[in-house]
Amino acid sequence: MSVIVNKPGLLTTIQDGGRRGHAASGIGHSGAMDDVALRLANALVGNPLDAPALEFALHGPVLQFERAATVALCGAAVEARIDGETAAGWQSLHVDAGSMLDCSRIPRGTYACLAFAGGLLTARVLGSASSDVNAGLGPRALRSGSRIELSAPDPRAALPRRGLAWTLDPRPWFEPDPDRPIRLVRGSHFDALDSTSRRALFEQAFRVSPESNRVGTRLDGPRLALATPLELVSEAVAHGTLQLPPGGQPIALMAEHPTTGGYPRIGQVAAVDLPRLAQRRPGDAVRFEEISLDEAQTRYLQRERELAHLCESIATRLTR
Amino acid sequence: MPARATDVAPSFDPIGETTLLVRFGSRIDASLNARVHATVAALRSAALPGVDDIAPAYASLALHYQPAVWADGGALPWRNLADAVGAVLAHAPGSEQANPRTIVIPVRYGGEDGPDLEPLASLLGLSPRHLVERHAGGEYRVAMLGFAPGFPYLLGLDPALHAPRLANPRVRVPRGSVAIGGAQTGIYPSELPGGWQLIGRTPLVLFDVAREPACLLAPGDTVRFQAIDDEAFGALARAPQ
Repeated sequence: MSVIVNKPGLLTTIQDGGRRGHAASGIGHSGAMDDVALRLANALVGNPLDAPALEFALHGPVLQFERAATVALCGAAVEARIDGETAAGWQSLHVDAGSMLDCSRIPRGTYACLAFAGGLLTARVLGSASSDVNAGLGPRALRSGSRIELSAPDPRAALPRRGLAWTLDPRPWFEPDPDRPIRLVRGSHFDALDSTSRRALFEQAFRVSPESNRVGTRLDGPRLALATPLELVSEAVAHGTLQLPPGGQPIALMAEHPTTGGYPRIGQVAAVDLPRLAQRRPGDAVRFEEISLDEAQTRYLQRERELAHLCESIATRLTR
Repeated sequence: MPARATDVAPSFDPIGETTLLVRFGSRIDASLNARVHATVAALRSAALPGVDDIAPAYASLALHYQPAVWADGGALPWRNLADAVGAVLAHAPGSEQANPRTIVIPVRYGGEDGPDLEPLASLLGLSPRHLVERHAGGEYRVAMLGFAPGFPYLLGLDPALHAPRLANPRVRVPRGSVAIGGAQTGIYPSELPGGWQLIGRTPLVLFDVAREPACLLAPGDTVRFQAIDDEAFGALARAPQ
């Protein structure tokens, strides 16, 4: 007994905490675009925080449940419906056997995660259930008729049959406002930009290009240029690296980025702002605000502590 | 006496909050690359806590890590980790690598498998046969894998074979294609887009997730090419791998 995909939506994949330990073979991490949403959705159904969940973008799937399940939706604001009735995000929800969960409408944000209590019975490839669409690793993107096999929930995670009576406040964890700046650390090659481009990067607005995907958020806007060409040898890149290809339109590398790159690295999106960048929609504005690496890392540690604390208190409430 | 690559202290370049780049230089250079592989081996045996991935490249390596594990004390995690890496390097062997493997890659050169062989040979002022002899006569080192799972960047290409990338990259390069791009040669492990000049194809499977290990080649391996004919290609292509 499982969940059947009636309509797959735009891009629905299975994602977990990512595929680690294989960068030396050219295998990237992949994993959820908004990993905070993944962790909170899993926390709300009593799963390990990096367990596999469904991730979908802009236009989500319609799912038919063959068996009852407890689920939670976090990330982009989904106007979800269970058999036509409004179903809230950021809380655990009970879905009866035979019910239909419609996640197709996503008016704000881009990427949402749907976690299932007990997790998914899905094959792990090199230690992870994440789809890496570009590299062809892990499960394929879901199509009409795809089946999602559910594991039995852990009996210790005693979930209330009708779901929890309380909802998480999404505000600290989901912030799609395109007017708020994205914090950016200067990259190794920032100083190689010409002076106009150095100013433009932090003073002018970019827009999320419709060409953006899980590999990278492409930014339309002022064309940036180097003062003099650089001859670079390929080296590692990371989630959030802002690369400058010869065309002059920067690309912020996202969850499914390749392991190495040879373009100038002009910036690095602060890790605390990566979920916020992932949630920007095509056409949304992106303005960068400079932050030092030390401050970015301090804020990241603080965010991780707050998130861990929240997940612990959710776990306590689930078992009480 | 010229300074050896091993004499130069590395620089630490944090790429964000969870990745630390350790750079030995900024050139494609065999001795710098050997130092990368020796350092990766030392870091793997040191098993620094919270480091969940190591990405070697031509002249640098990156550690992907969990900052919370390195958050003790007054300094920031990336500085603490850089200190720990420095301590490992102080005791690491310079650039000697213990017993690198040698892997022979059979290649059917030219024809449909190597559509760029003839035009490239004429561009370089060589006969196609000489180009093949020089390519198959070399000894190469896997500098790094990147671009796609299992794609090896090989050092050691004869300077007479250095070739420009294609002005219009191909949308699909067949799996197993052996190619030259600039001063490098490489092998496409799966069907991929690509802008390197295709000179042949190997029947060996370079990457298969169902296999352990999935990659035929690892960073630091020695590689030789061997020219084969249609019959040998067919036999190898049918053999289980």
